[in-house]
Amino acid sequence: MRPTPATSVIGAVLLFGATACGGPGSAAMGQGTGAIAVEATDTECKVERTEAAAGTIEFTVRNKGGKVNEFYLLGEGDQVLGEVENITPGLTRTFHVQVAEPGTYTTACKPGMRGSGLRGEFTVTGSSAAARSTDEKLAAAVEKYEAYVAGQSDELLTRTGEFVALVKSGKVEQAKALYPVARGPWERIEPVAESFGDLDPMIDGREDVVQEGLAFTGFHRLEKDLWVSGLQPDSAKIADKLLADVTDIVAKAKAVELNPLQLANGSKALLDEVATGKITGEEDRYSHTDLYDFDENYRGCKAAIDALRPALKERDPELVAAIDARFAALDVELDQHRTDGGFKPYTALSRAEVRELTVKLDAVSEQVARVAGVVAT
Amino acid sequence: MSEAVSRRRVLGVGAGAALTGAAAGVAGTYAAQQAQASPAPAGAGAGGQDLAAAVPFHGEHQAGIVTPAQDRMHFVALDVTTDDRAQLVEMLRAWTRAAERMTAGAEAAPGGVVGGGPYGVPQDTGEAFDLPPSGLTVTIGFGPSLFDGRFGLSDRRPEAFADLPAFMGDDLDPARCGGDIAIQACAHDPQVAVHAVRNLVRIGFGTVSVRWSQLGFGRTSSTSRSQATARNMFGFKDGTNNVKAEDAGALREHVWVQPEDVPGAAAWMAGGTYLVARRIRMHIEIWDRTTLQEQEQIIGRTKGEGAPLGQKRELDRVDFAKQGTDGEPAIPVEAHVRLAHADNLKGVRLLRRGYNFTDGTDGVGHLDAGLFFIAFCRDAVKQFVPMQRALAAKDGLNEYIEHTGSAVFACPPGVRPGGFWGEALLS
Repeated sequence: MRPTPATSVIGAVLLFGATACGGPGSAAMGQGTGAIAVEATDTECKVERTEAAAGTIEFTVRNKGGKVNEFYLLGEGDQVLGEVENITPGLTRTFHVQVAEPGTYTTACKPGMRGSGLRGEFTVTGSSAAARSTDEKLAAAVEKYEAYVAGQSDELLTRTGEFVALVKSGKVEQAKALYPVARGPWERIEPVAESFGDLDPMIDGREDVVQEGLAFTGFHRLEKDLWVSGLQPDSAKIADKLLADVTDIVAKAKAVELNPLQLANGSKALLDEVATGKITGEEDRYSHTDLYDFDENYRGCKAAIDALRPALKERDPELVAAIDARFAALDVELDQHRTDGGFKPYTALSRAEVRELTVKLDAVSEQVARVAGVVAT
Repeated sequence: MSEAVSRRRVLGVGAGAALTGAAAGVAGTYAAQQAQASPAPAGAGAGGQDLAAAVPFHGEHQAGIVTPAQDRMHFVALDVTTDDRAQLVEMLRAWTRAAERMTAGAEAAPGGVVGGGPYGVPQDTGEAFDLPPSGLTVTIGFGPSLFDGRFGLSDRRPEAFADLPAFMGDDLDPARCGGDIAIQACAHDPQVAVHAVRNLVRIGFGTVSVRWSQLGFGRTSSTSRSQATARNMFGFKDGTNNVKAEDAGALREHVWVQPEDVPGAAAWMAGGTYLVARRIRMHIEIWDRTTLQEQEQIIGRTKGEGAPLGQKRELDRVDFAKQGTDGEPAIPVEAHVRLAHADNLKGVRLLRRGYNFTDGTDGVGHLDAGLFFIAFCRDAVKQFVPMQRALAAKDGLNEYIEHTGSAVFACPPGVRPGGFWGEALLS
């Protein structure tokens, strides 16, 4: 987080009134055929059935391999329609995904959470939803993104709870391993999270930017304890406060009402976060886990763009194509720095590697910055 | 007229026709129209230049080469970050359109500063919105590395075009050398020059990235007989014997690449020229402790008038045979003018167009100052290389200077209306 208030993202003029809630339907489960089992190993991604009816589709993913795995359902331009991450070996996770439009989609397992994954084709059948106007598409985008924020908020609360428990029980090594992962959902919805006044600096303030009169608390205080100073007498108290603050902010984030322009500005703000805090190695100065935050900010940006995608495609298909091409180039660059289930420490990057990431990030940002203008047209 | 195409409001007065034309997107005509439409000077630059005057963008050769040297420069070298030739072409087209506009005093894109509405990202960065054309020229060149095969151009590299060899005494910083593409922006107002580079770099995000950049705060050379010779950071007039814009014969012989130089696949370069850039750090603190006599002996000219030693006036002929009262040559054998003079280099000459720079400090208590040497020539290997070899081996100045950056670029010929930079190379 940075001291500059990002509240403008949320405070922006409400351009689009509350459009009727006509979201992607609440169709019944596809033909009563139940959950689709996915068996993931380190080399294979077996999807039990590769066809389902439009509506809510349920996947049950079992990791039978030795690496941490992920499972995705992807749409056009690798738009993430649904995902389940951090499936440790032996674990089975279930998730639901709403698919309103019939068509051809892609399933992908990512053993080791890297690369483009082991992919397969997936067909969704049924009749197309009625053609929607652009305004309806924008309303749907907001609904979709609000659901994303809510989902990430839940995940943030869960993971923070786990992290706090580890800190309080003095399990330093395990806490260190969970630290970048626990922060992930926060980073994904950072512009939204940052909009709640004092909660942001209390949860994510860095030592040098804590305002006068505020104590140094939150994730980065615990980061310093875990990596540099060792656990302190008040570490448990700080951990409790973190969980309380996160609980507070999660409730607010889940209730937030957004507009399409805020999605557009938020997607850019996430990249700005990367450019000013992560690519410089400032955010996680004790743990050097900045690339995790880079990745999470970037995912958050993609989620906002994906929500806006149907409307953007209608108004400016060339921009969508340009964004996708540059996303792809940045993906390749970032993937080079993945390790099994995570990322290299920032300190392991050479100056040339930081430069390459910056160059590819600039290319993405310059295009994503145009989205607001298109949305506001 | 709400498009507000002009980045300078004063142009709007009595220039309606020109502005309407520009707003309608009549590519390539801004400069001509602006030149006709804006006779009233908007002000004068530091050197008394008419800031309202625009230098025509289109022509047989690129502007910014024989154009009378403007006072300020921003130079940038870029790496191409894509392997996609079509993307490179697209960027060069976009650059050309933006440069046509900016050199005419317009925004980089129509309505670029505020015309895109409150929710759009401005397409022009805005810092030159109220400024006149200020004699802006934008010149581009391609580095040898662009011909390495990434873009299928390896057979199009002119034979004479390659990286410069190492010279004795070089202290080159790799981070200040080379580059796939160079942009030289010159203007009488530094803000106008920087604005041009900044906006082209911005257009290039995703296709190019900045490799190195150099600001020049004062011209050192005159490239026209209409200009007085400027001084470098050693306090001496620099470039008295330069090739001048008015000397068509010398330009043909020494500056413009002739069709016979570039047969076959390299023919795109005819009408172009090679740009040699050398960042020369001057140890000014040491120099400043040197007596006047020694300074003059090292350069071979008087400091005040700039006359060759043994002569009276700046433009007097340099006479290397002349002896002083002590029987020694009036111009010492290792004087800079002697080593760099065409008479001692088999007639080789360059069109010099360098700028003084001061880039902060060297971190140990000195200014990091010097000369950003730029020269244009028909063949860098035959012209610049022998001259620099001679200087590197013997020049008395070497005690006070270090070459810290180096690059060479092939500047394609000029752009015709509707065309784009490098069209003949990439089509």
